[in-house]
Amino acid sequence: MASNKNININLKIWRQKDAKSKGKIETYKLDNVSTDSSFLEMLDQLNEQLINSRQEPVAFDHDCREGICGMCSLYINGRAHGPDTKITTCQLHMRMFKDNDTIYVEPWRSKAFPVIKDLVVDRSAFERIQQAGGFVSVNTSGRTIDANATPVPKHDADRAFEAAACIGCGACVASCKNGSAMLFVGAKVSQYALLPQGKVEAADRVLNMVRQMDEEGFGNCTNTGACEVECPKGISLENIARMNREYLFASVK
Amino acid sequence: MAKSALLKSSLAKKYWMALTGLFLCLFLVGHLIGNLQLLSSSENAALHFNQYALFMTTNPAIKLLSYLTYISILFHAIDGIVLTVRNKKARPVNYVMNNPSKNTIWASRNMAVLGTVILIFIVTHMVTFWGKMHFDKAMPLQTMTISAGGMPQEFYLTTDGGYVPKGQVDQGAMVIKNRTEFFDAGANVKVKEGYKDLYKITVAFFKDAKFGLIYTILYAISMIVLGFHLYHGFGSAFQSLGANNPKYNGLIKNFGKGFAIIVPLLFAIIPIYIHFFIK
Ligand code: HEM
Ligand code: SF4
Ligand code: FES
Repeated sequence: MASNKNININLKIWRQKDAKSKGKIETYKLDNVSTDSSFLEMLDQLNEQLINSRQEPVAFDHDCREGICGMCSLYINGRAHGPDTKITTCQLHMRMFKDNDTIYVEPWRSKAFPVIKDLVVDRSAFERIQQAGGFVSVNTSGRTIDANATPVPKHDADRAFEAAACIGCGACVASCKNGSAMLFVGAKVSQYALLPQGKVEAADRVLNMVRQMDEEGFGNCTNTGACEVECPKGISLENIARMNREYLFASVK
Repeated sequence: MAKSALLKSSLAKKYWMALTGLFLCLFLVGHLIGNLQLLSSSENAALHFNQYALFMTTNPAIKLLSYLTYISILFHAIDGIVLTVRNKKARPVNYVMNNPSKNTIWASRNMAVLGTVILIFIVTHMVTFWGKMHFDKAMPLQTMTISAGGMPQEFYLTTDGGYVPKGQVDQGAMVIKNRTEFFDAGANVKVKEGYKDLYKITVAFFKDAKFGLIYTILYAISMIVLGFHLYHGFGSAFQSLGANNPKYNGLIKNFGKGFAIIVPLLFAIIPIYIHFFIK
């Protein structure tokens, strides 16, 4: 399916020396970008050009480059992971752009995700939310029972699986006008709460994870639904409602 | 911990926002049903409306509901502003290039602005009508002109279904005390009670020669703003409370959208009717 077309683009990229410096948008011209290349390959090409002209390359996060690690957090032309839906930045292709397009590339903007350098943000707030309750305390010392020995209704299993598809990329926070992490936390709460193994600690889990979420400085959901549209894994708003329910019942218990 | 969680956490604020918002939706329905009486073309329209107004300001159950409404508005507005300020703080640096219309509707992004306009409307609305009803010493009492033998004579209508001739008051045989009570001047005993003429005040307000048209337009604009607030708010409140079930989501959303269009529209028709069609 190679279209083998090359385009020239103008890039407006957020450059910031370190966490303490003030950053600003810099403009770069990049010629001969194959429309078959991915967005990250395009950035690699830009960095080569920068290195060859003895300039500092643009720092950006990436790891798997196949949509499973959630590292490639870029806000492209005003949208998390750029135009196109249900994809991460590494899955975004340059064929989504036209010759002479101007493309803005910015880091996630959230108080809880401080910029470390250029386009790289610190997303360890998500790790701390997970550590506050995103687990099941089972003994894994060799005396575990077979998972299939516990019957789970198909419907619940499917919902739990869909929730567990969250890769913690943070696009929900980035695209929410309130910088809310509720889609992420809703998914993490749901993936356990729906299963018998997770139900045991469900009340403590939701209370602790929401408390940690608030402490990290994330905003409050106002149900605009931006997160659901931009989430690369199609995590549904149903998960936020489930978290709201779980929390309500847990806090009156 | 559970206790403080239900008062202070981000989710608790959402629950209160949703509960007060939905309660205010119920209030809107009640208020609308009352107001729609203004569209009546019956010759007793004014009397019926004033009787209704009297009931609404004196019935103890309604009093309780009205206090709940004041508290809800206050709480909803304060909570809404607190949430909005916090949410702004959650993104200290804004995007240079942002494209939110790709993933959200306008109303959902502007709830605080819409709410603030509604708050301004509620305050001015209360000063013009509720304030007059409760505190204005010059609030007129309802009268009626009856022609007896070709001689038109003016009477005050009274709550017992009777009349007090205006002449008796003018000549000093009767005195009006406490704004509505007719006292026999000689014996100093309460004889009858009149109706505050809220109908007259309302019609005069929207038919005012100088500002009536502007008031009517501002009222209609406020209702459009309310419509946008509810267009997002109604369904949103259910989501906040955790009521999200694919089986019923469509129903809730569509009911909310219908509610957001019909209720403000019916409210807005009333001043438009008064301004343009009442003689
Ligand atoms: C009759 C008047 C009003 C009605 C019926 C009403 C109704 C609602 C409803 C149903 C919601 C959705 C709640 C949720 O998402 O959980 C809402 C949200 C909101 N309202 Fe109102 N409202 C009214 C007046 C006001 C006023 C006076 C303000 C003042 C600032 C205001 C500010 C807000 C804000 C900021 C939100 C979004 C908050 C959030 O979703 O977390 N509203 N309103
Ligand atoms: S919910 Fe979606 S957008 Fe949010 S972190 Fe998970 S995968 Fe990313
Ligand atoms: S680099 Fe792993 S999801 Fe994009």
